[in-house]
Amino acid sequence: MVHYAFMIPLFPLLSFLLHLLFRKRVRSIAPILGCICTLVPLVLSVGVLIARFQGTTYTKEIEWLSLGKTAITMGVVITPLNAMMLVIVSLVSFLVHVYSKEYMKDSERLGTYYSYLGLFTFAMLGLVMSVNVVQLYIFWELVGVGSFLLIGFHYTSLAARAAAKKAFIMTRIGDVGLLIGIILLYWKTGSFSFAAIFQSVASGGISQEMITVTALLIFVGAIGKSGQLPLHTWLPDAMEGPTPVSALIHAATMVAAGVYLVAIMYPLFLASSVAMTTVAVIGGITAIFAASIGLVQDDLKRVLAYSTVSQLGYMMLALGSGGYDAGVFHLMTHAFFKALLFLAAGSVIHAVHTQNIREMGGLWNKLKFTGPLFVVGALSLSGFPLFAGFFSKDAIFAAVYHDGRYVLFFIALLTAFLTSLYMFRLVFLVFFGPAAEKIYRENSIILLAPMVVLGILAVVAGYIGSSWFGAPLQRFLHDGTTSLPLEAHGPVWLPYVAILISLAGIGVAYVRYGRRKDFHHENTSSSPVTMLLKNKYYVDEVYGVIFVKGAAFIGTIFVFVERYIIEGMVGTLASTVQWLAKCGSAFQNGQVQRYGAVAITGLALMLLLFIVLTGGYLQ
Amino acid sequence: MNNVPLSGYLLLALVLFCIGLFGALTKRNAVIVLISIELMLNAVNINLVAFAKYGENPGLTGQIFALFTMTVAAAEAAVGLAILMALYRKRKSVHVDEMNHLKQ
Repeated sequence: MVHYAFMIPLFPLLSFLLHLLFRKRVRSIAPILGCICTLVPLVLSVGVLIARFQGTTYTKEIEWLSLGKTAITMGVVITPLNAMMLVIVSLVSFLVHVYSKEYMKDSERLGTYYSYLGLFTFAMLGLVMSVNVVQLYIFWELVGVGSFLLIGFHYTSLAARAAAKKAFIMTRIGDVGLLIGIILLYWKTGSFSFAAIFQSVASGGISQEMITVTALLIFVGAIGKSGQLPLHTWLPDAMEGPTPVSALIHAATMVAAGVYLVAIMYPLFLASSVAMTTVAVIGGITAIFAASIGLVQDDLKRVLAYSTVSQLGYMMLALGSGGYDAGVFHLMTHAFFKALLFLAAGSVIHAVHTQNIREMGGLWNKLKFTGPLFVVGALSLSGFPLFAGFFSKDAIFAAVYHDGRYVLFFIALLTAFLTSLYMFRLVFLVFFGPAAEKIYRENSIILLAPMVVLGILAVVAGYIGSSWFGAPLQRFLHDGTTSLPLEAHGPVWLPYVAILISLAGIGVAYVRYGRRKDFHHENTSSSPVTMLLKNKYYVDEVYGVIFVKGAAFIGTIFVFVERYIIEGMVGTLASTVQWLAKCGSAFQNGQVQRYGAVAITGLALMLLLFIVLTGGYLQ
Repeated sequence: MNNVPLSGYLLLALVLFCIGLFGALTKRNAVIVLISIELMLNAVNINLVAFAKYGENPGLTGQIFALFTMTVAAAEAAVGLAILMALYRKRKSVHVDEMNHLKQ
């Protein structure tokens, strides 16, 4: 089975090409084609996962480019991490393809939509099977393109266009760091392949400072892609894209690519304590920062977006604290429950036709399936006991506690409280309380079925990483490698504290939002803290002043230089030549007398010159 | 009469030539231009005669040349005046700055 792994990304690529070429003609069968082209990779991925479970790491590469002594290869490598990512990506992608059939059925550009989805899925699957950093970088940029196209899918909307550009530019800033990191690694180790780089790191072939520098540069790439501070502002804006796209790209897969990048380069990070600390600190600050913004936002999807930023921060915190298993585990569970939450939010939006949670309420009785599924996702995200998020978050707490940075540990606990608070604020505001006087219909089975699958996973996915069952996930991840740190075990009281915090968040949310009487609700508080949070700490504004205005200012200076100095010089030169030409042409007026005068004057001048220079004949 | 040096004749010829040149280049009336050209020719004649008498190799050649020049100048003046008459009949003008047909 594992020998067919190379075919996994080819089906979405085929889907992309077919949809692109025949997008006008195949509109009616576009969803079916898209679903088939992702179902096959899903089946293959599961087969590959099983094969990897029984076998060993599989590598297959062909030479792509030969530069001097270096051969750059393209290929497939199936490590435990890759096999797991393959299943996550192809599963969520397949479910989103199914979901989109109903959600996007009124779209004029259905074929285009499915082709973009195919391109993205192809790129993401290629990314997680990369055999070396060059291939990784190529697919890394391709997923960026897919994300750009899909955010700007509703290109008639100004906000969507702006968001697409913002996402592209901000992730590009990170990508430059990644590219420099890759080049430095090649310079120092002479190879692009993961194995050779780690070999060189382990054997001391690369200096300690250089390890730190390259690790930090690669982490800059991860910051851009995963929406970490300070490059996080594009992710909430990316919610301008269609909701299934948000579920696939901006919750489950692409934004997790940054975490995946750190995970796959983990031996490099482990070799530098500075890099590890940076990852942990950035992750921790991002987690609490985004969670606090999520508390006051009114747009359903934006709350989820800030939640995604916050959870990605958690994963970075875990990785930076040496919790490799915990970070990857949370990556997996988060992919399921956050995709579920986005799809459920899409279902709500599809029924209610608004994203503003102030205009919702009492939907529990009207959307009989969406409501419970959303609550399952919310419970899982809040770390409610026995749901998937509980186990992965617990693992993160244990890792951070074990690492001994107690400030970060405290931040993680506080963030967990905020997480359950803002999630249940959503739940209470959207599904409970007084209802609007409208009739909403529950969505069709095509929308609900993918959510049910994700809902089941959001509950049970935690058990594969739970120590109750011998932590099969952790053993699987450590298969075939000895360089990864072992899983940390926290103190006995830790799970109870986590449960308490989760319940406290839900309780506070109930007290604050669960008991309102009127439909037009919620305090429109304008205290300084609320305003600070509502305006997202004014990060966009600060960037607007520093970078946008700053760039505009530099641009103005150069416009002046261009207009008055350079153009002035050129203009002077041109007008001088023109003036000379005018003088010359004044002689050529067709009058013999003028010609004669010129000729005589010229002769006189020449004679004068002759006399002055030689003194004439007479001496 | 013989105590006038060669340079005296040459200076006279130079002044005469310059007057003629000035007239030929600046006057608008074609008749004056023709007269000025005659002046320049005569300046040349003075030179020829002066060198024939006081030059390195005195002889008659220069004086005969001067006679030839006068003959040719007379013929030239006749042709020039004839052209001028024809032009005047056609254009009702003797101004040289209006005579720019060849340019067009």
